[in-house]
Amino acid sequence: MRWIWIDAFTHFESKKRARAVKNVTLAEEHLHDHFPGYPVLPPSLMIEGMAQTAGILVGEACDFREKVILAKIRKARFSDYCVPGDQVAYDAEVEIIEQAAATIQGTVYRNGNEIGNISLMFSHADQASKDLNLPEHNFVFNDQFMSLLNNYRIHSANEHVGGK
Amino acid sequence: MALSRDEIFNRVKDVLVEALGVDDDEVSETATLTNDLGAESIDFLDIVFRLEKDFSIKIPSGELFQVDLLQNPEYVEGGNLTKLGITKLKEAMPHADLSSLDDNPDVSRMPDLFTVGTIVKYVELKLAA
Repeated sequence: MRWIWIDAFTHFESKKRARAVKNVTLAEEHLHDHFPGYPVLPPSLMIEGMAQTAGILVGEACDFREKVILAKIRKARFSDYCVPGDQVAYDAEVEIIEQAAATIQGTVYRNGNEIGNISLMFSHADQASKDLNLPEHNFVFNDQFMSLLNNYRIHSANEHVGGK
Repeated sequence: MALSRDEIFNRVKDVLVEALGVDDDEVSETATLTNDLGAESIDFLDIVFRLEKDFSIKIPSGELFQVDLLQNPEYVEGGNLTKLGITKLKEAMPHADLSSLDDNPDVSRMPDLFTVGTIVKYVELKLAA
């Protein structure tokens, strides 16, 4: 099993920015424990949602040849909670992409209102950690992860065909 | 107008406070990045990115923090830098005070020789170039 913390991409501009959304629902088991009687989406999972949005953005910039690993949370500040029924949007913007690493600036929205700022650093694992002898296959961007982006592309193509 | 050393130091201090999550009174000229400020390997890259942005400079890989030389067997033997290694390191890092390596070439001391002042000096040289 792999945790996917975004539901769909709604915008994707290669090498520049991406937006993904997540609908928060009480069907998510962890919300019953976080917290009992007061379910809120843990901010750590919003950081993960941003990392997945931005990680795919950074990975796509290199045609998914690199193993893009979240290396550092440079900043994460939130001003409000997200609860069941909310839609969370993650806007990620590329700041730097270099051979060994990349940084992004992210903004988190709850039902259209800004509630957080996140800055992340990603490492291109093969470039940055040559001595680790990582497996050759790209274990980061597996089929499950890639389907998120493929769904967006199919969706965009359909919109285009429909003239929207 | 050229920045004074104090101005460079204050901006480097802001970069380190943001990158390492330390208090600004912990960032002195003589504080070492790893031992005193707790920097880990990924932080060095973060610091480079932030310095590039803040000072509008380009820092080529390995120029500020030289590590490739330390992996060359010609320059390091039995945990100590060779005379050639020390010479090469001084050439590669004119911004660092490496004079104490002449008396004690223990390569494990390298992190202790990399201070906030080293970064300030590097930026100073870079801006003057």
